[in-house]
Amino acid sequence: MAPGIAERFRSGQFVAVAVGGEHSGMLLRRPFAIHDVKPDYGGTVEFLFAVRGAGTAWLAERRSRDLLDVVGPLGRPFPLPRDPVNCVLVGGGSGCAPLFPLAHSLRRRGCRVDFVLGAASADRVCSAITARRVAETATFTTDDGSFGVRGRVTDPLGQVIEEARSDVVYACGPMAMLRAATAVADQHGIPTQVSVEETMACGTGICMTCVIPIVGEDGITRMVRSCVDGPVFRGEQVRFDDVGTIPFDALGAPGWKAQGDGDRAADREAG
Amino acid sequence: MSPDLRVRLSQVELVNPIMTAAGCAGTGRELARFVDLARIGAIVTKSVMLEPRAGRPAPRMAETPSGMLSAIGLQGPGVDVFLQRDLPWLLSRGGHTVVSIAGGSASEYAELARRLSEASGVGMIEVNLSCPNPASQGRDFTDEPAEAARVVHAVRSHARSDIPVFAKLAPDVPDLVGLATACVEARADGLSMINAVRGMAIDPVTLRPAVAGGMGGVSGPAIRPIAVGCVHRVHAALPEVPIIGMGGVRTGTDVLEFIAAGASSVAVGTVNFADPSACARILREFEEAVEGRGVARVGELVGAAHRPIGAALGG
Ligand SMILES: Cc1cc2nc3c(=O)[nH]c(=O)nc-3n(C[C@H](O)[C@H](O)[C@H](O)COP(=O)(O)OP(=O)(O)OC[C@H]3O[C@@H](n4cnc5c(N)ncnc54)[C@H](O)[C@@H]3O)c2cc1C
Ligand SMILES: Cc1cc2nc3c(=O)[nH]c(=O)nc-3n(C[C@H](O)[C@H](O)[C@H](O)COP(=O)(O)O)c2cc1C
Ligand code: FES
Repeated sequence: MAPGIAERFRSGQFVAVAVGGEHSGMLLRRPFAIHDVKPDYGGTVEFLFAVRGAGTAWLAERRSRDLLDVVGPLGRPFPLPRDPVNCVLVGGGSGCAPLFPLAHSLRRRGCRVDFVLGAASADRVCSAITARRVAETATFTTDDGSFGVRGRVTDPLGQVIEEARSDVVYACGPMAMLRAATAVADQHGIPTQVSVEETMACGTGICMTCVIPIVGEDGITRMVRSCVDGPVFRGEQVRFDDVGTIPFDALGAPGWKAQGDGDRAADREAG
Repeated sequence: MSPDLRVRLSQVELVNPIMTAAGCAGTGRELARFVDLARIGAIVTKSVMLEPRAGRPAPRMAETPSGMLSAIGLQGPGVDVFLQRDLPWLLSRGGHTVVSIAGGSASEYAELARRLSEASGVGMIEVNLSCPNPASQGRDFTDEPAEAARVVHAVRSHARSDIPVFAKLAPDVPDLVGLATACVEARADGLSMINAVRGMAIDPVTLRPAVAGGMGGVSGPAIRPIAVGCVHRVHAALPEVPIIGMGGVRTGTDVLEFIAAGASSVAVGTVNFADPSACARILREFEEAVEGRGVARVGELVGAAHRPIGAALGG
């Protein structure tokens, strides 16, 4: 139950969950995309997670009615199209969670929704039934071929885009998948909205740990916080090849001033 | 009767001793959604540099037991944007603003002090000395008391006289009291301590450093005993010098611990990441803790741990 979060939530936003209990040595919150909010009991919030380490293992041991310390909703939501356009929603692994509330919002606006969901194996495919219910079509891929098509989630994407005459791609999942989805969409001349998963210490914009290189409207690359300026970005803004580096031409990179652009760029620095 | 929470740092008075630690409060705007910035003693900015700076590549952090290891690399927009955009916003909130500065040479620090002194509303300058000194094979200024003193002297000479200058010290130096004394002799009005403790974490799978660039700073409750020990040692040696204590503060009682060790005010850093309303909560807890002791003013508790048994406690 988290009434404040349920009311304000828009799809693409996330919550930051404290793990391990009050006296835990695990100081930092874990970010999870919001999967659903319901008006029941004054407002509930759902997130889906895979156990990866000690924090998610602790969460997996919680039972209903246990109290969780949650901050949210955080981050920028997915932008929604003004007109009823055709949308493909691409998700990999546990990264598919935010696509479901997005699908509902898009449907309410009269958009066509097609899903392409990937996972390592059949038991990891999330909400296949819901996907089939809300979407016009739902395509599944697994690494081992145990469910749907064998291969990566971006393999069938081009074909789905063509058949559904898609206007926009929404993608959630690991960085490599987001990069591939953006590339496929680009080949078909349509834009992508990606939701990134970068390591976050605070989730509220105060620590600067979660930065990725983003190209701004002015063509200048900046190291931008994915928790407050994201996690949703336009795919073509993300310099996927340079994630995990400081690109030499990024604002404030070593030697950056040598470009003689100091005054202009400094005026526009965002974040 | 509720106690008087006001504290004095050199010529400045704060409404209470709770501050944010440098680099742990964003531009202030982000935290303002959770904390009324005018209610806490002061907000300390991210260290400001002359030029925009992109910082270190990701991954920039790894969680460690009761804390974290981080290497941000002082990402920031530079002093021009700070003065145009961030400082006016902070002042509009009505809180007390401490500006942290960082540079690569004494003249860069001096230039920053000059620029900040031209602006109105800078309540204090904190000199982040945990920066590599290119003139000394990249050793931090804190590693060489003479170099640290040169920076502090340059800042004090260029800062407006009504703006107190505090030198921020690192804990992991061979002679902390020597470093503190050198800074005070270079006319620092006070000392801030401690900066994060240098450390490393290694990814158990890849067997490579978990944070890009290898070394980072350890912060959070894990370092609190180190920090309290540093404050205690320096206060014993330099009892007249005001100290801003920090390192792992999580509760109001932790604040009291630093004050008893000799700090006049206390900054909250990493715990803001875990609990964005931490400063407001800690202030509340601290007020209750002081009330329970029956003292009239918080100032009476500064350095309580140094007094003989029996004389230490109010109430
Ligand atoms: C915006 C966002 C949304 C997310 N949504 C989901 C979701 O819906 N479902 C889901 O299963 N997972 C999601 N994740 C990933 C999830 O946060 C991590 O799996 C989780 O933090 C791991 O914690 P741990 O203690 O089990 O792992 P550990 O590896 O022990 O964690 C150690 C530290 O690393 C951080 N960390 C580890 N893996 C990740 C990761 N992939 N991304 C970010 N931080 C990480 C942790 O937060 C923690 O601070 C999301 C991440 C982000 C940034
Ligand atoms: C993410 C992060 C960024 C920091 N940035 C700065 C900084 O810009 N300048 C500075 O003097 N100290 C900086 N610090 C150090 C803190 O101000 C503080 O001295 C240290 O973290 C110990 O306090 P804590 O344990 O409460 O965090 C930073 C610490 C962290 C964790
Ligand atoms: S996670 Fe702290 S700024 Fe984004």
